[in-house]
Amino acid sequence: MPRARVYVTLKKSVFDPQGHTIHDALRSMGYDGVTDVRQGKFFEVDLSGVAPEQARDTAEEIARKVLANPVIESYRVEVEP
Amino acid sequence: MKFGVVVFPGSNCDHDTEHVLRDVCGQDVRLVWHKDSDLSDVDAVVLPGGFAYGDYLRTGAIARFSPVMKAVGEFARKGGPVIGICNGFQILQEAGLLPGAMLRNQSVQFLSQPVHVRVERTDTPATMGLRVGEVLTMPIAHGEGNFYAEPEEIARLEGEGQVVFRYTTEDGRLDPAANVNGSAAAIAGICNAERNVVGLMPHPERASEPELGSADGKRLFEALVRAGARVLA
Repeated sequence: MPRARVYVTLKKSVFDPQGHTIHDALRSMGYDGVTDVRQGKFFEVDLSGVAPEQARDTAEEIARKVLANPVIESYRVEVEP
Repeated sequence: MKFGVVVFPGSNCDHDTEHVLRDVCGQDVRLVWHKDSDLSDVDAVVLPGGFAYGDYLRTGAIARFSPVMKAVGEFARKGGPVIGICNGFQILQEAGLLPGAMLRNQSVQFLSQPVHVRVERTDTPATMGLRVGEVLTMPIAHGEGNFYAEPEEIARLEGEGQVVFRYTTEDGRLDPAANVNGSAAAIAGICNAERNVVGLMPHPERASEPELGSADGKRLFEALVRAGARVLA
């Protein structure tokens, strides 16, 4: 059964208040080498009844329509057969 | 005039809104379950506040696929007045009926407090009869009210006069401290290009009786009644 992994993150142009807060916390812990933190979401989508070659298209469509809001977020899809 | 107040699983301001419209404003109200897809009997639609579907995925992201939202979209396309309050605003954005999206508040804190908002436009069903520049006091209660759109989109919204409310000081001045959630251009409320769909983060239904500390919110519902009367006429 093909499995899609979808990574959703705020666009680079969008300020990420949660990532910023995590970054501040890491710095206060002494992790001076951390230069940025972006928080995002990770989805595993199992696709049954979908041919492997169609799995990517279906997963991309799901990411575009539902999992990410294109106004503020971008996404990346990986598919394993 | 008859209002439809949409009830999603997780709505929690539906009965407050119904109370204000029925008992304070003297209007007919029907609570519309989100699986209902018939809005032919109502003259205006309110999407109330709350946490539809627990805010899972993103605020409003699941609610927008409820059957009622297709009917809300058709109602809006025909020019019917639609107002989204807080979570209702977020749902309208996810549905593409209003521009922009909400980010987590800049402070990363849930904010529950009174705010002052300045009326920027009076040519919408929610602000008809108010005065441009007057300041209303209403409470907010949200974790994701930090309005975001690309700078070009903000410029377009400003140019088209789609910014309806802005967070200001009590005397109507723009001030970063008054823009409590960090919204772009201090936007607290917007309308669509056709001006019949309005969304705002503050809760007018929680500020519609003097006993609650402010009755400013009642004026928005009274504006909707006026707008409805004009549509019906």
